[in-house]
Amino acid sequence: MKLTVNGTPYEVDVEPEMPLLWVLRDELGITGVKYGCGVAACGACTVHVDGVALRSCQLAVGDLEGEVTTIEGLGTPEALHAVQAAWVAHQVAQCGYCQSGQMMQAAALLAEVPAPTDAEIDEAMSGNLCRCGTYPRIRAAIHTAANTLMEG
Amino acid sequence: MSRVGKIARRSFLIGSAAVAGGVAFGVYLAKKPIPNPLLEGLKEGEAALTPYVKITQEGITLITPRADKGQGAFSIQAYLLAEELDIDPATATLSPGLPGQAYFNGAVLAEGSPKPAYDEGFVAETLRSFMSVPAKIFAVQLTGGSSTVPDGFDKLRLAGAVARETLKEAAARRLGLSRAELKTEAGHVILPDGSRIAYTDLAAEAAQIDPIEDVPLRDPSTWRYLGKPGLPRLDMLRKCTGTEVYGIDLTFDDMLYATVRANPAIGAGLAGFDATAAGDMRGVEQIVAITSGVGVIANNTWRAFQAAEALEIDWITPETPGTSAEIFATLEQALGNPDAYDHCQRDEGDVEAALASGEVIEAAYRIPYLAHAPLEPMNAVVRIADGQVEIWTGTQIPLFVRDRAARIAGVAKDQVRVYVQPMGGSFGHRLEMTHVEQAVELALAVPGRHLKLTWSREEDMTHDYPRPASVARGRGGVRDGQVAAFDLSVSQSAMAPEWFGRLSGMTLPGPDASITTGSWDQPFAIPDYRVTGYRAPTMVPVSSWRSVGASGNGFYHDCFLDELIFAAGADPLAERIRLCHHDPSRKVLEAVGEMSGWTGPSLGAGRGRGVAFCMSFGVPCAQVVEVTATDEGIRIDHVHVVVDVGRVLDPSNLEAQVMGGVIFGLGHAMNCELTYADHRPEQENFYDYEAMRLYQVPKIDIRALENSPRIRGIGEPAVPPAAPALANAIFAATGQRIRELPLSRHVRFV
Ligand code: FES
Ligand code: FES
Repeated sequence: MKLTVNGTPYEVDVEPEMPLLWVLRDELGITGVKYGCGVAACGACTVHVDGVALRSCQLAVGDLEGEVTTIEGLGTPEALHAVQAAWVAHQVAQCGYCQSGQMMQAAALLAEVPAPTDAEIDEAMSGNLCRCGTYPRIRAAIHTAANTLMEG
Repeated sequence: MSRVGKIARRSFLIGSAAVAGGVAFGVYLAKKPIPNPLLEGLKEGEAALTPYVKITQEGITLITPRADKGQGAFSIQAYLLAEELDIDPATATLSPGLPGQAYFNGAVLAEGSPKPAYDEGFVAETLRSFMSVPAKIFAVQLTGGSSTVPDGFDKLRLAGAVARETLKEAAARRLGLSRAELKTEAGHVILPDGSRIAYTDLAAEAAQIDPIEDVPLRDPSTWRYLGKPGLPRLDMLRKCTGTEVYGIDLTFDDMLYATVRANPAIGAGLAGFDATAAGDMRGVEQIVAITSGVGVIANNTWRAFQAAEALEIDWITPETPGTSAEIFATLEQALGNPDAYDHCQRDEGDVEAALASGEVIEAAYRIPYLAHAPLEPMNAVVRIADGQVEIWTGTQIPLFVRDRAARIAGVAKDQVRVYVQPMGGSFGHRLEMTHVEQAVELALAVPGRHLKLTWSREEDMTHDYPRPASVARGRGGVRDGQVAAFDLSVSQSAMAPEWFGRLSGMTLPGPDASITTGSWDQPFAIPDYRVTGYRAPTMVPVSSWRSVGASGNGFYHDCFLDELIFAAGADPLAERIRLCHHDPSRKVLEAVGEMSGWTGPSLGAGRGRGVAFCMSFGVPCAQVVEVTATDEGIRIDHVHVVVDVGRVLDPSNLEAQVMGGVIFGLGHAMNCELTYADHRPEQENFYDYEAMRLYQVPKIDIRALENSPRIRGIGEPAVPPAAPALANAIFAATGQRIRELPLSRHVRFV
């Protein structure tokens, strides 16, 4: 089975029902994407497929159509995506475990709605759980990232 | 600083454990020199100046032994060291080090002393110091009790200072100068002519001289890092780029992937199982019976999960109550029952006499079991080869992990290495180690190979030694518009002794203070005032949950106080202030009133606000919660929070911890509980254990005061007042008193 992740083509030999999450983590060693619940209830496993934010724990790799982007493909420590830069500026992460999924969800939101209102942020982000309670800083960082992207 | 403080501080660095007054048995053991774990494995040219700083030709390593589970412990420990060592912590390697006895945590057990934290008198201080002796005897290197900062504040700065002066001494000897002529800056010793020698270049010589120990600490007014706004967390960039490697992310070439299914009646064990279907599934290598259940070893985590689900397992049914109804009935039976009496640490005036005359106000309360549910499920990587055990896991108790692994694998303790990993949350979950025991048992089946055990979310939530359920009863009276008598009884299964027994195999004698922590120790002067703890039988095995005893007692104490104040016809904030006899606590209450523009509990039709106060871990915290009763349910609009930690070392992280604590406290109070049927929790995943989602998060304003005389940690104290402030606010808005958590049993939330 073939798939493209962060611009790199891969070939894996797995059963088609295996969720994309586990193909990424255990077969390809791409571990920025996290396992939190396995049932679409936390958002820790959020990736982009052709730019759309999806829960990779729910997507059987056999049903995958399109290119996958994970947090590692969004930006790097040397070249941060605007969302990541805003996350650092607002010191959002506590344990950080949910944050890959939060940032992927936020980046997809901003690609669609360049200047989201608080209500639009609430709507888009409420499927992403943060057990540490970083929500107020997530909200603030999304506004900052929106401004950067619009100015850029 | 007091004499006691000085002695305790010095005793750590000179490797002696002398503590003020030293009593009998404790003194002998505590005085034994503590082995310095960094001295093992040091190569030529390396110097271990103190157990916290390691300098080699290659660079500087700061050892930050308190675990980072999200609360920022790595960063603050590094800043404390760096402030005196004169380095930029971002240029150093941070390592949790190997667990070793020198890293005892005096602050955790000190909080368990029989004096309330607001009592700063000499006797209380001395008792708290004594309590760090048992910590050394038990070799407890643990993270918890909001203790990282109080424990490390002097110790780590002094470690940095001793290292700095010893490096200067090494430079002085090399050049025939005196140490007083030298300065330090950014990892270098600066000579009188302005030239510089790197610390790393002095490491070998520094190793040859006795550490310079008589070093005064710098005045806070000269600090460059500590206390400054916007101090960046040293792990932030990794956490914002998906490059932080948590325990669950570790990968080794030869690694196998495992999961387990254990008896949901924790500890009850396995009757039998059928692995026919599971054994044939793709990628499954072995199915192994272990003490707590059955493990599946496969070549991919998902395949292991699938096979584990396909196992047919018979569990042993324990004798203990198996349903929520039976559990609460058992708790009720113990409440007020002389046979179940555990302790009474507050008994002032004459409560019985006061309540014998006049009207008695009574209220019954209860709180449920709660899972910790950090977002990273429990996991551990273990490799056993040639009689050696290596363990990579996120844990708050590395020494207990080491000792238990040694016992299971049948090797000596010094043949076990524990590498503590960054953690995706804990909230107390990682004060337990079942998952490591299981991983060691499974690794024994695949000698020589790395084995990564991962719990599924369902396994995690149903095997999470939860926050204890408990019940309470308040009886009280009012006189002349004031609260006059307050009598609270709390019934809970033993928590602290059971936990310590599970980890150490030792029995912790005496009462279980956790039953009433957060209610007996509040800084109020009520003429007739009593708080009594009752110990119910052991049912579901329970453990510490963020803020421990105060998570439930804060709710009981403050909600009942609110009821009495209402009955007295007094203002909720003014009466709390009048009753409060502890200056820093009173200032916290006054400040929250000012911040919230307090004019009383009413905010107009359908709106209201509640105030609550709880002092936990020595930190007074007051909160005002404002709510609106809408057609879709209760909406939380605004929370005002004031805390006092004595001295704020990292304002940005303090804000994050308080914000997180409030959201944690509110979210669980709103809608979380573990209910039991057939000995197992009925909640298995986040769809039935939600807490707060982003759309429900109110505006949160935070103020930190610095009036308390001692420095304190902030990971937990913002949790306890959140639930009572919300319940009191709902009463103010709707007239409905809710005496049970979660509140969603009685009201809807937007
Ligand atoms: S792991 Fe996919 S939503 Fe939680
Ligand atoms: S930062 Fe810990 S779960 Fe979000």
